[in-house]
Order: sequence, then C-alpha cells, then structure tokens
Amino acid sequence: MPSPTTIIGLEVHVQLQTRTKIFCGCANRFNPDEPNVQTCPVCLGLPGALPVMNRRALELSVRAGLALSGTIAGLTKWDRKQYYYPDLPKAYQISQYDLPFCQGGHLDVDVEQENGEIQSRHIRLIRVHLEEDAGKNLHDESGRGGDSRVDLNRAGTPLLEIVSEPDIRSAAEARRYLEEIRLLMVYLGVSDCNMQEGSLRCDANVNLEISNSANESIRTPIVEVKNLNSFRGVEAALVYEISRQQREFEQCGGIYADTAKQTRGWDADRGVTFAQRGKEEASDYRYFPDPDLLPVSFSDEWIEIQRAELCEPPADRRRRFVAELGLSEYDAGVLVDRGRETADYFEAVATACGDAKQAANWVTQDVLRELNEREETIESFPIDAQGLASLLGMITSGDLTTRSGREVFSSLMNNQGGDGSIVERIASIVEERGLSAVADSGALETVIDAVISRNEKAAEDFRGGKDAAIGKLIGEVMREVGGADPNAVRETLISRLRP
Amino acid sequence: MSETHSAEPSHGQLTREDVLKVARLARLGLDESEVEEFTGQLGQVLGYVGILEEADTEGVEPLAGASERTDVLREDEPGESLTRDQALSGAPRHDDRFFLVPPVLDTSAE
Repeated sequence: MPSPTTIIGLEVHVQLQTRTKIFCGCANRFNPDEPNVQTCPVCLGLPGALPVMNRRALELSVRAGLALSGTIAGLTKWDRKQYYYPDLPKAYQISQYDLPFCQGGHLDVDVEQENGEIQSRHIRLIRVHLEEDAGKNLHDESGRGGDSRVDLNRAGTPLLEIVSEPDIRSAAEARRYLEEIRLLMVYLGVSDCNMQEGSLRCDANVNLEISNSANESIRTPIVEVKNLNSFRGVEAALVYEISRQQREFEQCGGIYADTAKQTRGWDADRGVTFAQRGKEEASDYRYFPDPDLLPVSFSDEWIEIQRAELCEPPADRRRRFVAELGLSEYDAGVLVDRGRETADYFEAVATACGDAKQAANWVTQDVLRELNEREETIESFPIDAQGLASLLGMITSGDLTTRSGREVFSSLMNNQGGDGSIVERIASIVEERGLSAVADSGALETVIDAVISRNEKAAEDFRGGKDAAIGKLIGEVMREVGGADPNAVRETLISRLRP
Repeated sequence: MSETHSAEPSHGQLTREDVLKVARLARLGLDESEVEEFTGQLGQVLGYVGILEEADTEGVEPLAGASERTDVLREDEPGESLTRDQALSGAPRHDDRFFLVPPVLDTSAE
C-alpha cells in the first residue's frame, strides 16, 4: 500500500510594524501590563465612530505582497466579517473578502528531506489580505468557571493574512515555510514577528490522501488546527495530527460518519490536538462591503515606488553568498537566517577585507559565539565591521598570525587597547604584546637554525621519521618569536630537516 | 416559502428556516408568533429589493462601494486614546482593568 500523502495549507497572520492601529490613531504596541489603555471610539466600536485607513499599513502590506511575488490588485476594498466573540467589540471584523489587495504569489523553501537531501519546495499562495486584529481574552484557568477578562489594546491593530495553497507535504516543511515567511517579513521591516508577543501566528489545515483496501484513494476530513504560535508548535501539532488522522483512518477503514471540516486546538503541554466545539454556522460570516471605508486603488507608479523599497530577500541573499562570495550553503544560511543586520555586518567585513570566506569564518564562529554568550545583538557588538575587517586584513597579509589575531580579538572584546577607534586599539594591542609577525623570513630562519642546533635529539628523531618530534621545535621557535606564523615555522623546519 | 405568508412579488422565497437561521446568527430569540411575523416581513423586504434584479447589468462593472471616491487615507500618526476609565465606563461589567464577560469555553478566535 503506498504511503499516505500529507496535504497542508497554512494561514499565517503577521502583525504589521506600524506606529498606530489600522483605522485609528491608537498606539500599535504590545502592552499586556497595561490593559485597555490603547483604545478609542473607533477600535471599541462605539456608535458614530468612523474608521480611516492607515497609509503605512497599506505600504507595508503591498511590500509584503510584492516580496511574495503576488499580484497587487488595482482596486481593493474592506468587508465586514460578522461573528460574536468577546474580543471583537463591533461584533464584526473588518477584513477583505472578494477583493484582497494581493492574489497569488509563492514562496520557495529549502527543506531537508528524510534522507538528508535538501529539496527546494515551491509553495504557492492563494492570497494575502489586510485586516484588523481582535483583542485578547484572558480565560479563568482556575476551572471554577470565573469570568473571562478582555483586553482591547490589540483590537484594531493591522494584521496581514497570508494564505497558502495546500502545497505543503510534511510537518517539517510547514515549519520551514513559516520560518522563511518570518525571516522575509523581518528583513522587509514589515513586522517584528515576535512570536512570544503573538506578532506571528498561524492556523494549519491538514488532511491525508490514503489508499484503502480496495486501492481507492480516500481523503481524510480536513482539520484546521488553530492558533499555533511557535515554530515547534506548528511542527509538533502537525506531526500529531497526521498520525491521529492515520489512526482514525485505520479504525474506520476510510468510512467517515462526518466528513465536514473540523476545528481542533493544540495543547502544547500535553502534546495533543483536541476537538473544539464546532462554531455554529461557522462559514456564515455574512460578509458585505464596509460602508464606512472607501475602496483603495493602487496605481502602477505607486506599486513601483513600493517595489523600490524592497530589500534583497533572504533566499536571494543566501544564493548570492554562495555563488558570488564562495561561502558554503551552511555558512550562508547561518549568516542570513540570523537576520538582516548580521548579514549586513558580514557583508561589510567581507567587502572591506576582501576575503569573504575568512570573514564568514570569523563572523559565524567568533562573532556569533560572543553574541550568544553575551545574549546581545549585532547592533551592540563592540567591534565594528571596519575594525574586524582591518584585523582580518592583517592576518591575510601575514602581519598577524591567526593565533595572534584571535588574541587581539579577545583583547578588543575585553575593552583593551585604549579609547581610540578599533583600528587604533588593534595597533596598540599588537604593539604592546609584540604580536607583529616576523615578516623578515631571514630573521625567522636564523632563530630556527639556532633552535635546531640546540635540540639535536628532537631534530634527529624528526629526521628519522618521528613526526611528533617537530612539536617541541615549533614550540621553542614560537616562544622566541611571539608573532611568528606556526604554519610558516612548521614549513621552514620541515624544509630544513627533510630537504 | 412560508405557508401562511406568501410574500409578494415572486422573490419572497424566504422560509421559516431562513428566519430561524438569521435569528440564530444574530443571537435573537424569537417566539412562534414572531417567527411568523418576520417571515412575512422579511420576505416582503427581499421581494422589494428583488426589483433590482430586473435591471440589465450585462457588461456593467460591479461597484466596490456606493461612493465614487477612493483612497481616503490617514497618516500613521498617533492620536489621542481614551483613558482606561473612560474605555471601561460604558461596559456592563469590568474590574477596573479589564472588561468582564461570561466565561468563554471555546478558546478559538478567528
């Protein structure tokens, strides 16, 4: 029996990074400690209030749509989606129904397959639309059925919904897709995508296509898993749901009493999805055009202005780092996925020192290790790109050994070398510690010859084939010439002893 | 079509089930006589609006709104918000920080 095909589509919600809400001037700010201080008659849905569209929200939305290769509509409008829920004070959500601002589009995602191979997957999008977010309900968790509390600070903040085609084929792929959307949105400055604060959330639609005993292809009923708010949560919820649907199929033999779409929640603590009470008339939102809001038209010129604001997408940047700068796929991924600022920093170092591979080694290893230890971001890193590039330049030119370079690096991290610029501090640290490599190979050779004659036994052992004996000789030369390059010392010793 | 209230003209194909569904969606509890009454009334409203269907709209672009105006936007500049006390003042119940509502069991939002 062929193995089942997994069919997943994601609806991803991204909170836009605007200063104010979508239809009013209240602050768009995560502020759970001060509930209900960012509201006004518009976002509370009080009678007589008039919503007016936020220009910035439109700009950010269209940039996101363009970066996802979608088609921006010439004309778009907003509709009322009616349902009752305490976090929705108007009893309708202003959303987009039949004229979303963006249709189509796609996102390509590299996904590691079970056999370890990386496969590029092309995930098509159905649409992207702009809507208002709801407030937040805080439920009584004592189990005593106490009141729910409602905070409307978030009500009316701008929310992008990115709806994929059911093109995703595994839980791991869903996670990668979500990660790539997050990275793209953060690169674009569209959203901070802070998952702890709920700036990126998603719902997953999943079902399976399985062959039954009569070799007929059966589709299990679609399940929508709601409110997934972490990468791990998305993957774990889908892994669970896929095996649950498979078990259910085996139990019922593919004959379902009810094939209607089901809504399930994800319990991260127990690691299970659970059936939620089906919303009555769930699909009956009675959309109609919001009479308080006017449609918006986008001219080709305006769309091109927004396109000009786009940055290089992360996927293109990874490819360029590999193709043009000669980095490994792995290093390119580490640098780009860390965020735009880190990739910018690396690129500035690489350009200034002229050796991208060396720059990548130092940034992915030394710089990121320091950042991780200090729990800081690249913006506050004490060695600027010019400074690091000049240090690497000295290593490339042979003025410093790699070992001395690391010593200078850690001295800089410990605020040594005075108060000057990084370049000045490097010079002073090198001077102070006598780290400058002996460029004059004649001087180095004199020392080496002296060391060989002082260590007859070791030299004889090495000549006789005992490779390890060279260590003692290298060590002694290095002690005499602090800045010497150990590789150069080794090579010179070998050429003297085994000509 | 309702047995007792056949609305005029022919578009009034509104059933008792339609009225019950609309009432449920609007969270309205109707008694038997109201169901009858509204089935007739709503049927007549639909019938009246149905006249619009007689207009020939062949080849006419649908309108996105009732106004010809588009593109009324505001700048992303903060305005004034209500104080928390003001925001909560109109609510039937609150605890001085939050609006209070009867327990919500289904934790799913849209």
